[in-house]
Amino acid sequence: MELKTLIQTLHPLERQVLPFLKESKTLTSLIQKSNLKEVEVMRALQWLENKEILKLTKKTTEIISWDKNGEIYLKKGLPEKIFLNSINHKTTLKDIKEKTDLSEEEINISLGILRKKLAITIEPPYIIITGEGKKLLEKETLEEKFLKKLPLQTSQLTPEDKYAYEELKKRKQIIKTELKKEREITLTKLGEKLIKEKIETKNIIDKLTPEIIRTSAWKNKDFRRYDIKINVPRVYPGKQHIINQAISYIKRIWLDLGFKETTGNLLDTSFWNFDALFTPQDHPARDLQDTFYIKDYKGKIPKELALKIRKTHEDGYNTGSKGWQYKWDEEKAKEFVLRTHTTILSAKTISKLKQTDLPAKFFTVGKVFRNETIDWKHSFEFYQVEGIVVDENANFQHLLGYLKEYYSKLGFEKIRFRPAYFPYTEMSVEPIAYIPEKKEWIELGGAGIFRPEVVKPLLGRDIPVLAWGQGLERGIMDYYKIKDLRQLYNNDIKLLKEIKIWK
Amino acid sequence: MPTITLNRKSIEKLIGKKLSLDKLKNSIEMLGTDLSSITENEIIVEVFPNRPDMLSEQGFARALSSFVGSRKSLKDYKVKDSKQKVIIDSSVNEVRPFTACAIVKNLKFDNEKVKEVINIQEKLHITYGRNRKKVAIGVYPFEKIKTPIKYLAKKPSEIKFQPLESSKEMTAPQILQKYRDYAHLLENQNKFPIFIDANNKILSMPPIINSHITGKITEKTKDVFIECSGFDFRVLSKCLNIIVTSLADMGGEIYSMDLIYKNKKIKSPNLESEKIRLDLNYVNKLLGLFLTEIQIKNLLEKMNYTYKDKTVYIPCYRTDILHQIDIVEDIAIAYGYKNFKPQIPPIATIASQNKEELLHEKILQILIGFNFVQCNTFHITNKENLCNKMNHNAKFVELKNALTQEYNILRSWLLPSLIEVLSKNKHNEYPQKIFEIAKVFTQDLEEPFKLSALICSKETDFTEIKQILDSLLLLLDIQYKIEPIEHSSFILGRVGKIISNNKEIGFIGEIYPSVISSWDLKMPIVAFEIDLTKDF
Repeated sequence: MELKTLIQTLHPLERQVLPFLKESKTLTSLIQKSNLKEVEVMRALQWLENKEILKLTKKTTEIISWDKNGEIYLKKGLPEKIFLNSINHKTTLKDIKEKTDLSEEEINISLGILRKKLAITIEPPYIIITGEGKKLLEKETLEEKFLKKLPLQTSQLTPEDKYAYEELKKRKQIIKTELKKEREITLTKLGEKLIKEKIETKNIIDKLTPEIIRTSAWKNKDFRRYDIKINVPRVYPGKQHIINQAISYIKRIWLDLGFKETTGNLLDTSFWNFDALFTPQDHPARDLQDTFYIKDYKGKIPKELALKIRKTHEDGYNTGSKGWQYKWDEEKAKEFVLRTHTTILSAKTISKLKQTDLPAKFFTVGKVFRNETIDWKHSFEFYQVEGIVVDENANFQHLLGYLKEYYSKLGFEKIRFRPAYFPYTEMSVEPIAYIPEKKEWIELGGAGIFRPEVVKPLLGRDIPVLAWGQGLERGIMDYYKIKDLRQLYNNDIKLLKEIKIWK
Repeated sequence: MPTITLNRKSIEKLIGKKLSLDKLKNSIEMLGTDLSSITENEIIVEVFPNRPDMLSEQGFARALSSFVGSRKSLKDYKVKDSKQKVIIDSSVNEVRPFTACAIVKNLKFDNEKVKEVINIQEKLHITYGRNRKKVAIGVYPFEKIKTPIKYLAKKPSEIKFQPLESSKEMTAPQILQKYRDYAHLLENQNKFPIFIDANNKILSMPPIINSHITGKITEKTKDVFIECSGFDFRVLSKCLNIIVTSLADMGGEIYSMDLIYKNKKIKSPNLESEKIRLDLNYVNKLLGLFLTEIQIKNLLEKMNYTYKDKTVYIPCYRTDILHQIDIVEDIAIAYGYKNFKPQIPPIATIASQNKEELLHEKILQILIGFNFVQCNTFHITNKENLCNKMNHNAKFVELKNALTQEYNILRSWLLPSLIEVLSKNKHNEYPQKIFEIAKVFTQDLEEPFKLSALICSKETDFTEIKQILDSLLLLLDIQYKIEPIEHSSFILGRVGKIISNNKEIGFIGEIYPSVISSWDLKMPIVAFEIDLTKDF
């Protein structure tokens, strides 16, 4: 980048910091000199570093500075100096105590030091200043000089400093050493060139404001160039739940295929959930350990239809079937259940159809319930999608045709069909799809043609009703690579906001 | 679905030819059983519940060998008359009224085969027998039994025998105490059923357990007596057929017995084929094919049926043929699902979306615009969450048979579900703005769709949530007003009902601090909930 262009990219903070870089080589001194806040200087330095104008290195140094007493002595002078100053002719220790405000401890220390320096002699009861002592009064001691020079880095001490440092270190709370982290600034070659340039601080436009536009103040000025590659803080929008996103997507597919959407109750009678679907009353699916029943409620069932269903179960009625050959119990049919499959809706839909409605195609997406405990792959609530085609001329090949089209729209390219078993369909079929990434075939759901024992009592005639359905959660988990089903229903707001949008 | 483990070598022996792994895999799958795994020695498959006849190695091999074409058509099982009797006393009428019995002789058992017999028995118990409720099966060493055998019911205190694998004699009540798995099937009965032989030795007490002395088969057993007891004679004889044909496939010879019921004498087992008329047009129309009669005949034979003059003869062990549609499916399986050509017929239908769902989509768009995140929570909850933690005495519908206390009632309002979401998101950034559109359940078992939305943040207040509600209803073109109410989940003076068209459609307010604390939350919450079935 040319120097001129580079200059255009400089942020006002960088511009303010740059002139001081000639002399200031540390963050601390730069803060002092530039009169900016530490965060501002730091940001400017980091940006400049990104632009390869300088290099920042972290350095830890040991700094010597005043401790509590040191700060006092810096103003008042060291106690031994005060002590020495207070000596006249025939001065006793008592006199000194009265004349100065030195503490007992300071007096003792001063005595020790001054005797060591041969500045005093003691001729009890008098303390006498020596010639050496008088000289000492006229000049600054090394300790005094040192105190004035602080703060200093341990590594930069002169031999004299070192002597004073060692002496003062022995004494109480005069100096202290601290580890200080410092950032050192080294200009690169580019940096050296840059600081020689004239850096405009006024005739450059930073943020474009309504004011600037109104006054045309931007004319003949440069706009600061932004670093548009820089990472910005992330923000997230409000979002649809991932399950609902998948549902919307699937609905579109059904609508594209010409299906009408139906919806219905989650609570209904066993009659609709099981009996109307030719599920015998002793079928394991109706057990308490599989289906949720509702306490204290019994439902109503349509009388005329109930009679047909009873006969169909008992001896096949007029369906051409032998039936299940047991005694059908109306009371069992009246029990309320949380629907165990969306097929209940298909049964209800068929029961309302008139001849003139045909051919007809319906779909539904909704919650179903099973009496399970919740774990990583099971739940007591989950979604099912289901579609039916009611068409006099429909056949098994059409069923496979719809399935193939539906699943290819869902993104499964390679599909096979294998025999399956469901109590209310015959032929029953299970579509399976090849997943290239997993190198395996996965089950996609269930399908079939409703048995005559289902269709004839509901519709009055036995015509083919193609039906298929699938659970939703597994596909969603696969897509989002979620391993635990519970995570889908955890409603972690962060995850919901940040996870990618459904395909 | 029951899973069975088959010995690959004996299956291949029974089929009469060795199949490549791929062919074997494919055939098993395309026959209509779910292959779980296959190794050098073992084949593990799941058998669909409509085919209990395939639960035994023999039954499975029988179906598979015809399907792969190494054998054809219905196998003829010979039955000789044993002239032995089982006398059914009317005392069993109250407790377990029927039995179907047979004898199979000249079996060459070894350890494996004994295990196999027990296996078949167990698999049938669980599936077709509905955990011994519908059918209980007993297999006994015939050598140790003196005929005639009696099936009768006695008072529990009068029954005493040594149960299978037990070291001492026990009374019937003691036996029920010890063998709990099926005890519920006899408990509360005045009399318990037993099989007893001419020496007055008890053979078993169905459906609980056999005798150790007269009811244990070993590798030395050659002849067996088999009984199935239950409530529906037709079901019992089908089950018996499954067992005797499997034993016959093991090399045994089937002998019939005379069942002496009070009013009639029945020869058992009855291995005669049931017949069903087949409409060839029906077959072709449903399958979308143009099969000739000969083709259909051949396909049927692949599935072990016999076909003659538009009539299909059903193997005696098939329990699942109720209607000719069941035959059509077997024709389709024999034809091969992979040979059908998927196609969509050119019929015109008009698609349409449900109106309610359309409204939900509009609301979704608006609230997402306000930066709300949609939630999706469970309909089933508990009283603690729905009432106690909300400081609100909500009415609700209860489940009869919930597995846990955590999920045992149906929610009657939506807000608790959303606050529960907040309680799981304490570690995440605030403000948190969430909503859900979902059903709740009233005590009249109605299921209105509700919309609930809330804001949880340091700064939030009534004004902020009212702005959202106001804008939402304005955009949906709904006139509304708010009237103060008291609601124990909300702060008094900061809660109101939402009224539209003179009907109350919901409420809005600031959540009461103790409610916030009871969810272990620390931030103010403002919320509303509206009924979407009213006036939208």
